[in-house]
Amino acid sequence: MTKVNYIEASGKVHAVDAEAGISAMEAAVKNAVPGIDGDCGGAAACATCHVYVDDAWIGRTGPAQEGLEKSMLEFAEDVRETSRLACQITLVDSLDGLVLRLPEKQH
Amino acid sequence: MTAIATARTQASEAMDLPLDKIDVSRAELFERNVEGEYFRRLRSEDPVHYCAESAYGPYWSITKYKDIMAVDTNHQVFSSEAGLGGIIIEDGIQKSSAEGAIDLPNFIAMDPPRHDEQRKAVSPIVAPANLAKLEGTIRERICRTLDGLPVGEEFDWVPAVSIELTTQMLATLFDFPFEERSKLTRWSDVATAEPGSGIVDSWEQRTSEIMECAATFQGLWNERMKNPGMDLVSMLAHSPATRDMTPQNYLGNVLLLIVGGNDTTRNSMTGGVLALDRNPKEREKLYANPGLINNMVSEIIRWQTPLAHMRRTAIAEAEVGGKTIRKGDKVVMWYISGNRDDEVIERPDDFVIDRPRARQHLSFGFGVHRCVGNRLAEMQLKTLWEEVMKRFSRIEVMEEPVRVRSNFVRGYASMPVKLHAL
Repeated sequence: MTKVNYIEASGKVHAVDAEAGISAMEAAVKNAVPGIDGDCGGAAACATCHVYVDDAWIGRTGPAQEGLEKSMLEFAEDVRETSRLACQITLVDSLDGLVLRLPEKQH
Repeated sequence: MTAIATARTQASEAMDLPLDKIDVSRAELFERNVEGEYFRRLRSEDPVHYCAESAYGPYWSITKYKDIMAVDTNHQVFSSEAGLGGIIIEDGIQKSSAEGAIDLPNFIAMDPPRHDEQRKAVSPIVAPANLAKLEGTIRERICRTLDGLPVGEEFDWVPAVSIELTTQMLATLFDFPFEERSKLTRWSDVATAEPGSGIVDSWEQRTSEIMECAATFQGLWNERMKNPGMDLVSMLAHSPATRDMTPQNYLGNVLLLIVGGNDTTRNSMTGGVLALDRNPKEREKLYANPGLINNMVSEIIRWQTPLAHMRRTAIAEAEVGGKTIRKGDKVVMWYISGNRDDEVIERPDDFVIDRPRARQHLSFGFGVHRCVGNRLAEMQLKTLWEEVMKRFSRIEVMEEPVRVRSNFVRGYASMPVKLHAL
């Protein structure tokens, strides 16, 4: 199990125990974390799972990848250096305790 | 003919043809509402199907959800460029006439990076913060329109509600003179029409109406250059990515935004009424639990699939579903078929308002060309249904609607209805 803390824009925290190996988008959808839609099912093709990786964790998740993830983030709202698509973050053991902040709304 | 007998005839019509003679681009299939049986057969027997001869030349049909996703997300191989034929099966329509075309470049028919730059110039208008500002106006207009409808008498839902509401929305987004807003609907219809479609009689007539649209929007551009507002014309006139566009590129983008905001939501507004009236159990579910509206809106958009297809052109050889697509081939992603694919969507022919994962449908497309106005469309539909439920117990569909003769816009020309009071 990998523990992930999703923090809404309002500050409300959703602590989720996710199976290792699934994506941070899937873990959020399975646990009904509000504000992550995942319309494309995890193909980095809709940008409805935009999150900000907490500064302490961005080194371990890495920044958005070249290719579709970066292209799709171009069209999201209020994109920052720590912006990722949650469906492209695989919850490996080393991410246990990961903190992801949610934008106010998904575009 | 009974409904069952009709369904049998449709199925046999689609089953009797040899596979290589199947041509799902025939617009009359959509007008007769029989395209579904053809796509069902392709999905089961030949999901990536080559049609060698059609009114639009040879083309591939991609009919399964996952194959469509693979093509839609691979813009490096599957190009949208207007010069290669653009984004609909008919090459010529995005220009203006059969001979002596006026080329109207617009960002949906461009590849990155130019596509990204121009799209970004207009996307703030449908960003969450701006949508929140628009919500009050949208609700007020929906209320006014619904309050003006006759209860207990038959009328045509399409012009009275669907066209009226989407046209008002467009006028707001462009800050277009409100009293002249019906021109926007006309230009939207003309922009996707061929002579003989019942909308325009000749290419000359089409060109002349498009030129009138160009002149009107040039006037708005000049005015907003000096006095910018928070509207689409001002955004295009002032954004570094678009302020130096050619007049043709400007007109192309204007027409794209008009068509994108018009034909689509309009037909989902009509389609939702039809779907709920045909499925009384779903209507009961909705009235028992209005919290289902958001989920229902996604289901309406899937069930209706207001744009039946998007087209790409292969710029390199590629394999899709085990078939080799060659460089230069025309590739048509049939969203209407992918949205009925039972490998991904359970009971896909049924309209189920509390369907799990209802947002996972193809109607907005996926990848860099995904519909920019999807959240606005959802908000308009959600607000419409919230206000309908406060006023009416049922919107009864009085006859089978008249469908549009088009393989692109999957929509309704008219649908007589009768409102029942609460």
